Amino acid sequence: MARFTFAGGIHPYDGKDLSKDKPIKEVDPGKTLYFPLSQHIGAPATPIVEKGQRVLVGEKIAEAGGFVSAPIHSSVSGTVKGIEDHRNATGDMVPCIVIENDEQYEEGLPLHQKLFEDMTREEVIGYVKEAGIIGMGGAGFPTHVKLSPKDPSAIDCVIVNCAECEPYLTSDYRKMLEEPEKLVRGLAIELSLFPGANGYLAIEDNKPDCIRVLREKARKFDNIFVRPLKTKFPQGSERQLIYAVTGRSINSKKLPADAGCIVNNVDTVIAIHNAVDVGKPLYERIVTVTGDAIANPQNFKVRTGTLYSTLVEAAGGFKSEPEKIISGGPMMGFAMFDIEVPVAKSSSALLCMTKDEVAANSPSPCINCGRCTEVCPSRLVPAKLADVAERFDEESFLANYGLECVECGSCSYVCPAKKQLAQAIKTMRKTALANARKRAQK
Amino acid sequence: MHVSSTPHVRAKSSTTQIMLTVIIALLPAAVFGVHNFGIRALWHILITVSTCILSELVFDLITKRKVLITDFSAVVTGLLLAMNLPVAAPLWIGFIGGFFAIIVVKMLFGGLGQNFMNPALGARCFLLISFPKFMTNFTYDGVSSATPLAVLKSGGNVELKDMIFGNTGGTIGETSMLFLVLGGCIMIMAGVIDMYVTASYILSFIVFLILCGGKGFDPYYIACQLAGGGLMLGAFFMATDYATRPVTKKGQVIYGIFIGIMTGVFRIFGPSAEGVSYAIILGNLVTPLIEKITMPKPFGYEKPVKEKKGGKA
Repeated sequence: MARFTFAGGIHPYDGKDLSKDKPIKEVDPGKTLYFPLSQHIGAPATPIVEKGQRVLVGEKIAEAGGFVSAPIHSSVSGTVKGIEDHRNATGDMVPCIVIENDEQYEEGLPLHQKLFEDMTREEVIGYVKEAGIIGMGGAGFPTHVKLSPKDPSAIDCVIVNCAECEPYLTSDYRKMLEEPEKLVRGLAIELSLFPGANGYLAIEDNKPDCIRVLREKARKFDNIFVRPLKTKFPQGSERQLIYAVTGRSINSKKLPADAGCIVNNVDTVIAIHNAVDVGKPLYERIVTVTGDAIANPQNFKVRTGTLYSTLVEAAGGFKSEPEKIISGGPMMGFAMFDIEVPVAKSSSALLCMTKDEVAANSPSPCINCGRCTEVCPSRLVPAKLADVAERFDEESFLANYGLECVECGSCSYVCPAKKQLAQAIKTMRKTALANARKRAQK
Repeated sequence: MHVSSTPHVRAKSSTTQIMLTVIIALLPAAVFGVHNFGIRALWHILITVSTCILSELVFDLITKRKVLITDFSAVVTGLLLAMNLPVAAPLWIGFIGGFFAIIVVKMLFGGLGQNFMNPALGARCFLLISFPKFMTNFTYDGVSSATPLAVLKSGGNVELKDMIFGNTGGTIGETSMLFLVLGGCIMIMAGVIDMYVTASYILSFIVFLILCGGKGFDPYYIACQLAGGGLMLGAFFMATDYATRPVTKKGQVIYGIFIGIMTGVFRIFGPSAEGVSYAIILGNLVTPLIEKITMPKPFGYEKPVKEKKGGKA
C-alpha cells in the first residue's frame, strides 16, 4: 500500500550542511517589531489594540477576521506604536501592528489553565484557534480549520510533514532533534481529536538521526508510526506526501480530508502542544539563516515580528555581498529586495546567496527533451503548459490540466534550456483560478 | 539584489552541454569512419558541419533572430549528415545537404526544437531522392561495391565480424556497430537519452524479422541486419532526437515500435536493402499524433462523472 515516495521529483544540492549541526539559539528581537495582520491564508486579522497601549508577551493584539483566519499575539512586552504599512516577505506593503519592545519580556496570562484530560474536543480546537496556529511550513492555512473536517470519523491518518524537502532548510530538523517529545505529544493531541486514526511522522531518509529519535519516542504509543521517505523534492508537498504515506492520490479539487488525512508541519504540531498543554499562543518559530553569503549560518528561535535584518546581524552579518536573498527555501521561497521585513508565523528561513543562478542562465528555446515531464510530481507536461501560458491560451491551459500544478518549480530546475516554466505556469494559473472564481460567482 | 520568480536554483545541465555530449558520443564512430574511408571522409564532415553552422548564422542574421549557434546543435546536424553520406559522393553534396537541413528543415519551421523532422535525416532523404546516383554509390578501398546489407538481401554471404567492427562499405558513419553502441552508451550514461526509443525500436525490429524475415529465428541473419546499414546510427542518434520523438515515455515506446516495424517493412519488402531513414522520418510525422493519444493523466486524476438526467433531487 504505502510507497514512501511519489513518481517524478528532483535532487537539487541540499546545502543543509551549512546549518544542520547548529543548535537552536535564541535571538534578541531588537527594538521595534512588526506584526502583519495577514500572516495566514484567509481573512486578515482585526487589530484590538490602540496606539500607546502596553502589551505583554503572548497578549492577543489582533482578532481572527473570520472562520478561515487566525488571531495574532505580541511576541514581546512593550508599547503599541500604531498600525503602519510595512513591507512583507512577498514584497507587498501590508498593514502591520508596530510594537516598541521594552525588553522586559513580561509574560501575559496563558490562554487557559485547564488540563488536557479535562478538555472536550471543541475546547482543544478552540485553544488551537485562540493560539493563532497556522500551517508553519509556508502555506499558512489556519490549523483549526484543518482540524475541523466535515466528518471527523472519516479521518484515519494524521500525518506530520517532517520531510523538510526544501534545500538549505534545517529548522524542522533541529526541532525534531531537540524537542522530539513535544512533537510526539502534539501529534498525540491531534490523534485524540480523531479516534481510530493513526499518526505518521513522515521523515525523509536523509535525516536518519531524527528517524531514530522519533522511533524511540513513538514506541510508547501504539498508534504513532515513523515513516521514512525517499529524499526527493517535493516530497513534502501535501498531495505527494499523502500518496507516499497512504498510497491515496488526490487532485487539486480535493482536500487531504477527502482522502481521510490531516497533514501538519513539525513546527505546527509543536505549537499545538504548546497551546493545549501550556496555554502558550504562537509567537515564536525556528528560522534557519543560511546561504554562502552568511558569515555564520544558524538556526534561530525567533519572536515573530523580528526583522530579517536583525537575524542577519545575529548570524554575523554578510561575509560576502549577497546577490539574492530569499525568504524560505530556494525552490519555493520569495526573493526579496529588502531585508527590513518582519518574520511571520510561516517564515521558515532566510537564504542569502552570493550567486543568482537564475540571472546567470538566460532562457533559450525548448528542445523538447522531456525532462520537465519526467520530474513533474503532478504528471503534467510543463513545457506544453508554459507554451500555452505564454500565449494566454487559457482554454488549452485548462485542457492540459494546468490547475493541477503544485508550483514546486521542479520543471524550471531541470530545464536545460533554462526556461522559466514554473513562472509562466504560475502566472497563468493565477489568472485561470481568478476567472474560475468569477464564473462561479455569476 | 536580484528578484525573480521561483525556483531560485537550476540544474547544471544545459542545451549546449547536451549537444556537446552528443558530439562526443558521435566522435568514435566518426573518427572510425575517417579511418575506414580515408581523408575524404574528413572533408565531407568539415564541409557539412561548416555549412550547417554558417547557414544557421546567416539565417539568424538576416531574420534578425537571436544568434544561437553557440548551442552546437548545428554541429550535431552537420556531423550526423556527413555520417549519412557515402564517401564517394561529390564534396558539393555536403553544401546542398547542410543548407537544406538547416534552412528548410530546421529554421523555416522555427529553429531549434520546432522542426517536425530530424534535419540531418530530412536532408539525407532529400539528397537520396535528388541525387540517387551519388547517394547510393558505395565504394570501399576505392572500389565500388555493394553494402553488406545489399549483399545479404540478394542472398549472398557477409562477414559478421567485419560488420560489427565496421570494416565494410556503407555511409561514412554507419558501418561500425561497435563504436555507435559505444557512443549510445556514452549518451545513456550522461543522461542525455534513455532506452525507451532505442530499445523498443531494436526489439520490435527483431520481432518483425523473426515473423516476416522469411528465415525464422536465425541469430546470424538477425545480427547481420542489426549491424548492417544505418540501424545503429538511427536507433541511438536519430530516432532519439528530442524535437522529433514523442515527449511521453509511453509515446516513445509506441514510436520505437512503429519505426521498428517500418524499418522491417522497407528492408524486407522494399526495393532497397536499407530503410532506416525513411522509417524514422515516417515516425517523426506521426509523433504529434502519438503524443496526443499518450498525454499523461495528472496525479489524482478522476474521470469526470457524467450527471445522470432525471436523477433524484
